[in-house]
Amino acid sequence: MRAKLTDIVFVIVFVVLVIGVMNMPTDATTAAPAYNDIINHYLEQGADETNAVNIVAAILTDYRGFDTLGETIVLFTSVVAVSSVLRSARHDWKFDDDE
Amino acid sequence: MTMNDIIVKTITRIVLPFAQLYGVFVILNGHISPGGGFAGGAILGTTLILYTLVFGRKKGSKKFSHRASEIAESGGIMLFILIGLIGLMLGGSFLTNLDAGFPAGELGSILSGGMIPLLMIAIGIKVTSTMINLFNLLIDEGVHS
Repeated sequence: MRAKLTDIVFVIVFVVLVIGVMNMPTDATTAAPAYNDIINHYLEQGADETNAVNIVAAILTDYRGFDTLGETIVLFTSVVAVSSVLRSARHDWKFDDDE
Repeated sequence: MTMNDIIVKTITRIVLPFAQLYGVFVILNGHISPGGGFAGGAILGTTLILYTLVFGRKKGSKKFSHRASEIAESGGIMLFILIGLIGLMLGGSFLTNLDAGFPAGELGSILSGGMIPLLMIAIGIKVTSTMINLFNLLIDEGVHS
């Protein structure tokens, strides 16, 4: 019973996702939601506003600096998670001679 | 788990300084050429992993100890947040660049872009220590169990 219910839920989610994909803009039209004025603003004003030649770096650390901070926190969290699981008591400066 | 192959050791000794220099170059030129903190940090972290693989954990931890990698791990984020807070203190929002009074420099030179090179250095430190830290944790687990 429960397994059938799970299957039905999965099928419904699958159908919804497929409908969502079919409604996506198919090619690089100007009607796509990602195509708006911000691209031209970055390309034309980016060098003046940030004084960096590399527009990727300017977007990454200036316009979207807060996003990059979150990205580094994700890296930090990954290390904390792995070390909380794997870190042994002999992690620091104790090495056997056979290594 | 030291490699006893003379070829691998010699080639590693020759290649390593150039690879590390290239990593530092990619980090410091992040705002004027392709690259940046993530790519350069990955290169630097890979050289440290290569050193540890070839010369063993003991020598590897002498070069870049676990303690140092932990400090760099937290220090990268703290540096990033501190640079952001400078913008906050100088009358803008968090992570304000040129409006907060960071020196703009000359367009195209290495001293340009306000806080972008500083943030790139912080990200580079962070990614480097993340790579070597994860590697150390995983390899220690394999050795001790």
